[in-house]
Amino acid sequence: MRLPSPGAARRHCTAQDTRRFVDILIQQIINGLVLGSIYALVALGYTMVYGILGLINFAHGEVVMIGALSALTAIGLLVPSGLPGPVVVLAGLLIAIPVCMAVGFTIERIAYRPLRNAPRLAPLITAIGVSIVLQQLAMMGWGRNYHTFPALLPVTAHKIGGAAITDLQIIIVLTAALLMAALVWLVTRTRLGRAMRASAENPAVARLMGVDVDRVISFTFVLGSGLAAVAGVMVAANYSIAHYAMGFMLGLKAFTAAVLGGIGNLGGAMLGGLLLGIIESLAAGYIGDLTGGFLGSHYKDVFAFFVLILVLVFRPSGLMGEKVAERA
Amino acid sequence: MNPITPSRPLTALVALSACLLAACGQKDDTAAPAAADAAATVTIRLGHVAPLTGPQAHLGKDNENGARLAIDDLNAEKLLIGGKVAKFELLGEDDQADPRQGTTVAQKLADAHVNAVIGHLNSGTTIPASRIYHDAGIVQVSPSATNPTYTRQGYKTAFRVFADDVQQGSVLGAFAVTKLGAKKIAIIDDRTAYGQGLADEFDKAAKAAGATIVTREYTTDKETDFAAILTKVKSTRPDLVFYGGMDTQAGPMARQLRTLNIGAPMLFGDGACTVEFHKLAGDGADGHYCSLPGVPLEQMAGGSAFRDRYKAKFNTDIQLYAPYAYDAVRVVAEAMKQAGSVDTAKFLPALAALNYPGLTAQIQFDEKGDIKDGAITLYQAKGGTWSALETMGGKAPN
Repeated sequence: MRLPSPGAARRHCTAQDTRRFVDILIQQIINGLVLGSIYALVALGYTMVYGILGLINFAHGEVVMIGALSALTAIGLLVPSGLPGPVVVLAGLLIAIPVCMAVGFTIERIAYRPLRNAPRLAPLITAIGVSIVLQQLAMMGWGRNYHTFPALLPVTAHKIGGAAITDLQIIIVLTAALLMAALVWLVTRTRLGRAMRASAENPAVARLMGVDVDRVISFTFVLGSGLAAVAGVMVAANYSIAHYAMGFMLGLKAFTAAVLGGIGNLGGAMLGGLLLGIIESLAAGYIGDLTGGFLGSHYKDVFAFFVLILVLVFRPSGLMGEKVAERA
Repeated sequence: MNPITPSRPLTALVALSACLLAACGQKDDTAAPAAADAAATVTIRLGHVAPLTGPQAHLGKDNENGARLAIDDLNAEKLLIGGKVAKFELLGEDDQADPRQGTTVAQKLADAHVNAVIGHLNSGTTIPASRIYHDAGIVQVSPSATNPTYTRQGYKTAFRVFADDVQQGSVLGAFAVTKLGAKKIAIIDDRTAYGQGLADEFDKAAKAAGATIVTREYTTDKETDFAAILTKVKSTRPDLVFYGGMDTQAGPMARQLRTLNIGAPMLFGDGACTVEFHKLAGDGADGHYCSLPGVPLEQMAGGSAFRDRYKAKFNTDIQLYAPYAYDAVRVVAEAMKQAGSVDTAKFLPALAALNYPGLTAQIQFDEKGDIKDGAITLYQAKGGTWSALETMGGKAPN
């Protein structure tokens, strides 16, 4: 029962210490990138809706939760079929995406469209209302317990120097990057993207030019919700946990990321998401040492929000907020 | 950080209306039989509090089921208290593992004048609630709160049937150093009264046994991402990682430990010593250690019978504290029987002096209200279950 004791003979070697420090730093940045990729995908949903409607869709975090839980349900049904793990997860994802898209479309139709010309506070309140309703419905449907994501994907850890990254984490970062690139292409290079940009700039003029603004808005919600579904499955797969309340904090973080990058700006949401993920990881890793143990690693959220405040004080429109032309 | 979710007002409203409905229903139930043969029966209302919603709902329900089973047994036995047939009732409340909610429901039970309270589950809710029960003169028996403070506030009404963190922490510290040979230990806790309390006791005991604490990291009881703190832990190259907290964090943490290529095993207290841990940790579960006050269920005299009856009645497996919740109800009933009364003033002295062969142990309380000679068993995760390694201290039922 005695444990093997690695490094029993402890050496004081500065070169080795430096290398270890770098290894750990790289590991923290990898942790941050994985987390940040997920934040960025969710942040895109906030920023796209804000870009066009000037509305914070606070129910967006709940869409992520619905994506995770519906994928989990589908996966639970598919596991007995004996299909290979990655196929089952992909099938779960392909079911979660349309489910979330339908939810996003419905939210916009029921809660936001009737208030299109109402004072700005009204849709904000319905957004919070929708968030509560979705969370409670999920609690009724999926129960209050934590659901575990079956181990279907390889989690073999690859070594990068002294740092480790799993297949799943590589998939998460690559998928997020691919989706973001596709989104940028869609917004900047397609007819629909042009309609989105036009609606964002001036809905009234866009309508006069023959753009069906309502349809563009619906499409924006559907698109954002699809990304949210992917993010939800990523969170559930990476942490192997999903529950009805998971969307709230994630949504808040993603919203923070969107504001950090400059809300309404696509590149800003991506940058903000990645930055927030990395800041959080580094804060949790080093805050104790930096403050001499005065603040512990549980203050990482505080630290992330503190950075947000700093950015807003010095750049009220966010890091990339000034490039209004790129708004979508 | 404790995020205040926007759902809270609604949840509270729903909970409130549900409680009101339940309370009305309760009255209707009791009115009929009480009127029929009021002379021959005495109705005893026991409050039960545990988190029935949120991350620890599975543990809360487990406690409630344990208490319910005891109440059904007692009602079937037709226990006589002061010459009257005792009829036990359970008032189940949900504290959401939240100290604020814990005091709210405690006040509610105090206002309802229950005869005794079984609970709460968490130390963080049990301690603030204990003052309310004490002021209202209500006996409280917690089946699972382990923070020492609970019984050290001078409240005569506070009891527990479970070894506390001082006992558990010292056993864990000694086990880590002498049995596992750990010299460098990293400690993580969830900043709750339970997690922090246990981690502090472990810290002391491990240092006393000669180990070095290489780092102390913190998380919360709602977090699921531990990559950053585990990376920090990795940089200190520990032989062992101790976590003070519940299974909902311990499971994912054990899994993320493996993905970060950290070879050191983890050691947990009772909060992570559950069936759920294996589900949440997946293939990262094996090799870790945990401790649980009391003896393994198989070694309890009526243990396997209890497990079968529990499974038959609730169609689910015991999570963790159900046998202790069962005993908590039984000791209250036994004290009432011996005192021949359901008044706190009469049965409290009987409870303090009790020597009762419970399901989990021979139950006797010390002057603080803690169980005497609480046994502590160490387990290791193997093939999807916790298998018992050794039991330290404790007395089997006579």
